[in-house]
Amino acid sequence: MKAFNGPVLFLDRSDINTDEIIPARYLTEISKEALRPHLLEDLSLEEFDPRADIAGKRVIVTRSNFGCGSSREHAPWALEVNGITVVIARSFARIFRQNMFNCGMLAIELPEESIEKLFSRFAGRPAEIAMDFQNSRLTVRSGEEEAVVPFVISDFDRKLVEAGGWVDFADTHYA
Amino acid sequence: MGKTIAEKIFESHLVDRPTADTFVLRLDAVFCHEITTPIAINDLIARGKDRVFDPARIKAVIDHVTPAKDGKTATQGKILREWARRHGIQDFFDIGANGVCHALFPEKGFARPGYTIIMGDSHTCTHGAFGAFAAGVGTTDLEVGILKGVCAFRSPATIKITVNGAMPAGVYAKDVILSIIGRIGVNGATDKVIEFHGPAVGAMSMDERMTLCNMAVEAGATCGICPPDMTTVDYLWPFIKAEFVSPQAALAAYGRFLPDADAGYERIITHDISDLAPQVTFGFKPDQVKPVAEMAGTPLDQVYIGSCTNGRLEDLRVAAQVLRGRRIHPKVRGIVSPATPLIYSQALEEGIIATFMQAGFCVTNPTCGACLGMSNGVLAEGEVCAATTNRNFNGRMGKGAMVHLMSPATAAASALAGSIANSELYKE
Ligand code: SF4
Repeated sequence: MKAFNGPVLFLDRSDINTDEIIPARYLTEISKEALRPHLLEDLSLEEFDPRADIAGKRVIVTRSNFGCGSSREHAPWALEVNGITVVIARSFARIFRQNMFNCGMLAIELPEESIEKLFSRFAGRPAEIAMDFQNSRLTVRSGEEEAVVPFVISDFDRKLVEAGGWVDFADTHYA
Repeated sequence: MGKTIAEKIFESHLVDRPTADTFVLRLDAVFCHEITTPIAINDLIARGKDRVFDPARIKAVIDHVTPAKDGKTATQGKILREWARRHGIQDFFDIGANGVCHALFPEKGFARPGYTIIMGDSHTCTHGAFGAFAAGVGTTDLEVGILKGVCAFRSPATIKITVNGAMPAGVYAKDVILSIIGRIGVNGATDKVIEFHGPAVGAMSMDERMTLCNMAVEAGATCGICPPDMTTVDYLWPFIKAEFVSPQAALAAYGRFLPDADAGYERIITHDISDLAPQVTFGFKPDQVKPVAEMAGTPLDQVYIGSCTNGRLEDLRVAAQVLRGRRIHPKVRGIVSPATPLIYSQALEEGIIATFMQAGFCVTNPTCGACLGMSNGVLAEGEVCAATTNRNFNGRMGKGAMVHLMSPATAAASALAGSIANSELYKE
C-alpha cells in the first residue's frame, strides 16, 4: 500500500479538469516521470503558483467534480510522481476517481460541511494530514488546530488500494 | 421493477460482483488509440504479460496526432503499430486508413446494440448511439481490458432524458446536447448513464445520435445511450446481414436490450426543443451555454470544423451549404478536418471539399489534431476559436486561448462573418 500522509495543498475551486491537471501537450510522453514539472500548469486559480505551491505536498483538498474531462490517467500519474497520493473532494468525475483507485491511490469524497470545515479552518495555513486507512478516518493538523474527519470508501475501492491497484487485483481474480 | 438498457447489458455481461457495489463485465470490444494505449502496452511488457485477451475484439487506430509531428508522437505510433502486428490485431488503422476513433469505429460496424465497449478515451460514450454500453476508461482499466477482457463498473444508475418537439430549421443535435448540458451542468450526470428518448431522438440519423451521445461525458455521464431502432439497424445492416435473415429480425433480436416500460430511472427529464435556438459556449466549461444571438459579434481568429463530435459527412454537408459560393472573413483562419477517409472521399465526391477550399478553408487529413491542441491548428495565447468540438476547457486548443463550441452551421456562418454569428439556415 502507498503512503498517504503529509502536507496539504488546498485548491479552492470546483470542476478542475484533467486538461488543467496535466495539459494535452504532454500526452506524448511515454514515461510518468516526464510529467512531473507540468502538474497543474494550466490551472486557472488566482495566486496559484504551481512550482512553489506543489512542492512537498502529499494531499490535495478541493471542491466538487475534480478531474472532469479527459480520461487521461496521466492526471493521477502526474500527481503520483509529485508525491501526491490522496485527493479529498466534495465529488469526483467518474473516470478520474476510478483511475486513482486503479493506481492504488485515494480519491476521498466528503460531505459539503466537512469540505467547508477543512477550507475554513485550514486553508491558507500549513496543514498536514495523517491517514488512518484501516479505520476510515483522517486527522488534519495545523499548529494547535486539529480535526478528525471520518470518511467512506466503497469496499471495492478499499480492495484496490490494498491490492496496490486494479491490474494486480484482476490478475489474482480473473483468468 | 423493470430494467433500463444499461441494466440489461450489465446483466447479460456479468462476470463477477467482487463487492455489492461493483459489476465486473465481460467486454465485447476494447478500442485503442496511440495516446493512452502505449503506456498500457509498456506496463504489460514490464509485467511479463504482453498478451491480449482476443485479437479479434481489439480495434486500434492512430488518430490523435497523425501523421506524427515529432519523435515522441512517432514513438507512440510505433509502439501501437508493433503491438498490433505482434498480436495479430487485424483491425488496426494506420496512416492512409486512419481517422478519428469515434467516427471510424462506428463506420466499420464495430459498435452494436447490447455491446460492452471500453476505450482509453472519455468520448467513448459516443458509441452508445448504437444502443451499446460504451465507457471511457483510464490506462489501467484499458490494460486489464486488453489482458483479461473485463472491466469493473459501479451500478448502471440511469437518467432518462426525453427530447420532445421537432428540430427547428438551422438547429442541430449539437445545439440539443449543448442545451441539455447547460441545463443539467457538467456534474449533472456524474456516475450515471443517460438514456436518450423521445420523438426528436427517434427522428435523428446515426450521425446526429453520435453527436448527442458524444457529449454525454461533458455532463459527467459514463455513457449516453439511444435505444436501438430501425435507424440503427439500417446503418449496421451491411455488417450484420450474415447474422440475421432480415433487418426486422435484427431489430427484434436487439429488442432484448430495450428498456422495460417500468424501468427504474434515477431521474427523468423532459427536454423540449421546439423553440430551441442555436447554442454556443461562452466560458471554459461546456455547461456555460448561451443562444448564439447573445454572443453574436464576438471576434474570432480561427474556425475549426471536425472532431468526433461534428466531423462526419452530415456535418460537413451543412457547413458547405452555408459556405457555398462565399469566402470566409479575411481575418479568420478556417480549418476543416473530415473525421475519416470515407467521410473525406464522400465529401470530395459531393463537391463539399471544393466548397470548403473555395471558401478559403484549409482541409486537413482525418485526425483529432487541433481538437486537443496537439497539432494541425493549435492556437496562440489570447486567440479565439469557434469549434465544432466538445471541450472548451482552458488551454484545450492552446495555452491561453478561448474555444467556443457550436454546431457546424454556426461555425461556418461565423467563419464568413469573422465573428460568432447565426447561420441563415436558422430563422428566429
Ligand atoms: S476528436 Fe477530440 S474529443 Fe474526439 S477523440 Fe479526438 S481528441 Fe478526443
